[in-house]
This record gives sequence, C-alpha cells and structure tokens, in this order.
Amino acid sequence: MLFGSEIWQITLLSLEVALLSTLISLVIGLPLGTWLALGKVHGRSFLMSIVNTGMGLPPVVVGLFVALMLWRSGPLGDLNLIYTPAAIVIAQVVISFPVVTGLTAAALQALDPRLRLQLLGLGASTFQMVLMLWREARLPLLAALMAAFGAVISEVGASMMVGGNIRGQTRVLTTAIVLETGKGNFNTAIALGLLLLAITFLVNWALTVIQQRGAKR
Amino acid sequence: MIEIHELQVMRGGRIVLDVGHLQIEKNEVLAIVGPNGAGKSTLLLALARLIKPERGDIVFNSMPVAGESDHAYRRRIALVLQDPLLFDTSVFDNVASGLRFRGLHKNDITPRVETWLERLGITHLKNRRANELSGGEGQRVSLARALVLAPELLLLDEPFGALDPPTRNRLLDDLRRILPESGTTTIFITHNLPEARQLAGRMAIIVSGRVRQIGSVNDILSSPADEDVRSFLVAENGKY
Repeated sequence: MLFGSEIWQITLLSLEVALLSTLISLVIGLPLGTWLALGKVHGRSFLMSIVNTGMGLPPVVVGLFVALMLWRSGPLGDLNLIYTPAAIVIAQVVISFPVVTGLTAAALQALDPRLRLQLLGLGASTFQMVLMLWREARLPLLAALMAAFGAVISEVGASMMVGGNIRGQTRVLTTAIVLETGKGNFNTAIALGLLLLAITFLVNWALTVIQQRGAKR
Repeated sequence: MIEIHELQVMRGGRIVLDVGHLQIEKNEVLAIVGPNGAGKSTLLLALARLIKPERGDIVFNSMPVAGESDHAYRRRIALVLQDPLLFDTSVFDNVASGLRFRGLHKNDITPRVETWLERLGITHLKNRRANELSGGEGQRVSLARALVLAPELLLLDEPFGALDPPTRNRLLDDLRRILPESGTTTIFITHNLPEARQLAGRMAIIVSGRVRQIGSVNDILSSPADEDVRSFLVAENGKY
C-alpha cells in the first residue's frame, strides 16, 4: 500500500525524469533534425531511415542496451549510474530524441523550399534563417515535443530495467503501477494510472494551448 | 552601375546559363525576358548568390563583389519571388523582417516600415496576419519587405505571374511610379512582354541560357536579333 508522501515523491520523480528527458531530446533532436532537413547531407534517406526506425524503438530493447552499457562490468559501469534516476533519463532520451529528430526533419521538409531562398534573399544569416524556419514550423514542432513527452512519461520497460524500480529512489508512476498490479493492489494501481493520465493531460494541455495560440494568431 | 561578366552556371555537367556581359545602369529597370526554361530564374538566383556559378564576376560601381561573403553580399540586394512567401506573422513584422536581420533598432525600423506600407498602399493592413491577405495584397507586402531595405539591386522574379490582370495592372502602375521615385536599380524577370514594356526601359532576351539581344523594348520588337528571338516574340504576344 502506498501513502500520500510516497505517491507525491513518485509523481514528482516521474515528472522530473520525463521533463528532463524531453528537454535533452529537444536539445539533441532539434538541431539534428534541422541538419537532416536543411543541410547538405550525403545519404539523407539512409540517415532518415535510421531516425525513423529509432522513432519506433521498443523501450525494452533500449532498456537492455542501456543496462548493458551501465552495468557494473559494462563500458560505462565506472559511472555507477545503473539503478539511478540518471539511468532512466539516459534510456528515455534514447527513446525520445529520434522522435524529436524525425518529426523536426519532417516539419521543416514540409515547408516551401523557396522560403529558404526568400529568407537568404532578404539578408538573413544561416542562423536567422533557421530560427525563422522553426518559427514557421512551430505547430508541428510543438507536436514533436508532445510526442516525445508522451513517449517518455508512458514508458515502463526501460525505466524498470535500468532504474530497478527501487522504492524511494527510482520508482516512477509507470513502474509503480506494474508493481501494484503484480501484488493485486488494483485500487492503488488504478489510482496511480489516473494520476499518470492526469499529468499527461495537463502537460499536453499546456503545450496544446501554446500551439493553438500560435495557430490562431 | 552593376556589371555582370562571363557568368556561367552549369547543372548536371551542362551549361544552363552563359552571360557574356550585361550592364545595368544606376536606377535603371532592366527586364530579363525569355521563354520558360531559358535560364531567367537561374540568372536571378546566381545574381542573389543563391546558386554557385561555375565562373563569372559581378561588379557593383566598379568594385567586384567576389571578395564579399555570400551573406554580406546578399545584404546589398533584395529578392522578390513569384509567390509572396510571407512569414506567418503580421504584415508589419513581415516588412520589418529584413531590417531586423540587419540588427536595426526598433526606432529606426518603425518609420521605414510605415513609409513603405504607405507607398505601397497597404497601411490599413499593417496589423493583419499575412495569411489572411489576398494574392495582390500579399505581393505588395512582399515588395514592401524588399524595398524597405533600400537595396543596391532589387531582383524581381515574375512578381506579377500569379496575379489576376486587374490586380497585376494596379500593382504595375504603382511600381512604375515607385521604382524611379526610390531610385532602385532593378532586374525584373518576366515572360510577359507588356509587363516588360510597362516597367522597364530596356530588356534583355534570354533564350537557351544565352542573352541574345539587349535594347529598348520597341527596338527589340521592331528588329529581333535572330530567329529564336523572333519566334519567342511571336509566341509570346502573337503581335509580331
């Protein structure tokens, strides 16, 4: 049975981990997707195929590979990250950055290619051009952000494998639901599930309000 | 004065543009006219340094621009394409965009933008979203966005191509007044001879990537340099 303070701690950790993972994915995925869409990239189709495959990576497979890397005897074992919230963040970034990358590239490729010529023809620097293109594609880019957040907040397999579902340390809402269901505590599992749904809804609601404000302006 | 020397553009191992020498006087409007696929837009993109020519020089007031970075050079020119390609923001912000790219202060931007909104008759649209405009309004915003930069060279790529005849004629009338008033040296691409006649003092006919004839519109119409030019003139307006 879970108590209020523990639920609060699990919820807070879930949010922290998911928001940090989404932020890191954005920092990696936005420039990478922009480069794939706009850069002079040899083998663009091949690289896009890899990114698109990454968008559908099974979390348990990601969990397995991240666990192998962070395991005490693994190549990054000295960092002592296995079964820590940082390990969960690493696994969730691996899951979500391809989502941001792929959707960013798709959003920018959907813009009229002459828009780039127009921006440069008005004296924009490359950086100014990219900022303007992000602005033009802000609706699908916010959708990419929502998709990335959705992927990590709902993810359970990798979090379980690299976090270990340790009470008070790495237990997040999804892993707690699995545990409570396994113990037959369905009422607690349902309550946690509703809490997870509520959080996901609130974050997506906030992002959707921003997105639709952009659409109406 | 702007001069173009030995400008050559290749695509897929084939020469698609080969301009020996072309000279545009200060404040002149030169029309580049030719059939589809003749290389008109390629010339414009090469002049904007948006495609890399195989060779050739561009000279502004006796100074070659080859030593300048693409970015620095493009800040001396402005480009208007057939579609307005406005940014998804207000009309004011669209017209101000190029000035903001140049880092101008708000206090300098506002009066310049307002002047050009007025000159193009779109002051009343100032706060409207660009995606709510008609084609003609959009093209006026696009022209204001370029002219507000006071470019040394204005490049217009079939700016009236997508407009209905009454809208096109009104905009042509306004530009015929505005371009000399502002002293903007302009290269204007079109395949429409009446447009060239209305807006430009001289025109250059391009066929198959080469400038075949340069002269006043009337001179070219009365004595085409070769059979290709004659065929184009006949096909274009059916008058010749």
